[in-house]
Amino acid sequence: MSQFLDMFLIGISAASIYALMAISMVLVWRSTRVVNFAQAGMALLSAYFGYELVSRTGNFWIALPVAMILGAAFSAFIEFFLMRTLLKHSNQGPIAAIAPIIATLGLLGVIRAGIGFIWGHGDIQFEGPLSKVGFTVGDTTLFIAPMGLFVISFVVALLIVVTIVFQKTNIGLALRASAYAPEIAQLSGIRVSGVRTLGWAIAGAAGAAAGILQTVNGIGGLSPESLEFSLLLVFGFIAAVIGGLESLPGAVVGAIILGLVLAFVQIYISGTLGFIVAFVLLLTVLILRPQGLFGSKVGRRA
Amino acid sequence: MLSINGLTVSHGAIRALDGITFSVNKGELTAVIGSNGAGKTTLMRTLSGLKSAESGSATWNDHNLLHGKPEHHVRQGISHVSEGKSVIPQLTVEENLDLGALFRRNPSEAKTSKAEVFELFPRLEERRGQQADTLSGGERQMLAISRAYMARPQLLLLDEPSLGLAPLVIEQIFQSIRHIVDSMGVTVVLVEQNAMGALKIADYGVVLNLGTVAASGKASDLIADPAVRAAYLGF
Repeated sequence: MSQFLDMFLIGISAASIYALMAISMVLVWRSTRVVNFAQAGMALLSAYFGYELVSRTGNFWIALPVAMILGAAFSAFIEFFLMRTLLKHSNQGPIAAIAPIIATLGLLGVIRAGIGFIWGHGDIQFEGPLSKVGFTVGDTTLFIAPMGLFVISFVVALLIVVTIVFQKTNIGLALRASAYAPEIAQLSGIRVSGVRTLGWAIAGAAGAAAGILQTVNGIGGLSPESLEFSLLLVFGFIAAVIGGLESLPGAVVGAIILGLVLAFVQIYISGTLGFIVAFVLLLTVLILRPQGLFGSKVGRRA
Repeated sequence: MLSINGLTVSHGAIRALDGITFSVNKGELTAVIGSNGAGKTTLMRTLSGLKSAESGSATWNDHNLLHGKPEHHVRQGISHVSEGKSVIPQLTVEENLDLGALFRRNPSEAKTSKAEVFELFPRLEERRGQQADTLSGGERQMLAISRAYMARPQLLLLDEPSLGLAPLVIEQIFQSIRHIVDSMGVTVVLVEQNAMGALKIADYGVVLNLGTVAASGKASDLIADPAVRAAYLGF
């Protein structure tokens, strides 16, 4: 029973971080039809921002939101100066489909190199302010620790805010309309290119939160070549695809499924199988439901 | 007044509009008819800024329609309902309407427009909470026109609102368009494959043929013209 509870808690806390990463992939995909492989680099850079802010202010609770704002600004900057130019000049043929994706891969390399240049290539230690030792009930130690509990609650709070913004505000309506039907949005007077940049900014903030929470809730080590962040990108992307790549609730559900399945495998079988199991899960969903769990058949209009 | 002068537009090597000239009076309903490939949709997409022109001019009052993005034109009072049921199926009926008035940033004015729309199309009010993909074809067209109306346009460009609809529904849509012109003072350019139906409700008519203006005049004169009847009205 306690093993099962552990599995559930491990799964949910991993899922909450995958969910943020998945959301940032979905937001970028919806606004510009680009799979942003640089998201791993952006999240990593934001984690370094967080580290730098903590070492200067000594206060994690200020560093986290400020790093999220910086992550948003960096992401918007990339959309405005790189993606916009690229999409404008390669808008026809096979190049148009592949160029932005290759560009994000290149950008990932550039960001990692830039981080190495500024902060060095060695590991740095970025620890959160809360304990990672599990709560004790009676004489059993639960898997969940104060830090993990904070991660889950913070993500849930962010998800609530994102939902309210998207469903209840004018900005959210503009974001959704521009994603589903950019031409109709334009004909309704929405400045679609500005909304696109905003989509990237929100994605950048979500990715920043994912990067920082992953670091402080995990081993606490950061390096420019971090494998952990590559895995975060892969798992976030898989969660997004399971959910249909278009849908924010889908991204969250995809992340929960992925998190729980990975935790199950880790506890009952072997931690080394995680990668394979994630791909088997992805393939299974795509074979049974090619549009993803929450993908609509309506698709997108020009 | 909408003035179009020597407007030329190409799709790659194909010239879709070849120096067309006509004008549309304020407060009138002008029907643009012609067969498939005559350049009707290209004309509309050029006027709303979705497509760029090669040469010529198009102005609405003092506003140059050949310059600037579509969202800019909408803010100047020119709304375009593109071909096909131009609604966003994933949004609710009410969200589609709200979208039309979003840039106005004036909730009370938008509310007034919404009330006018619901009076014109009570069916939309009944279905305001439903997702737009649950609507019938006719209802979607009503919603598309209403969304454009929510922007409170002076000039409304409608591209084939009758496409794929049953005759009775077409009749109702056409009556509503006439109502928008007469009671709300909106100038409308109506592109139609359904030439007879469009000319019957229009004040003025323009016949396009292979990218040129083949005939133009008062709608009633065009209907009476034997050459137009034979070539475009089918009898």
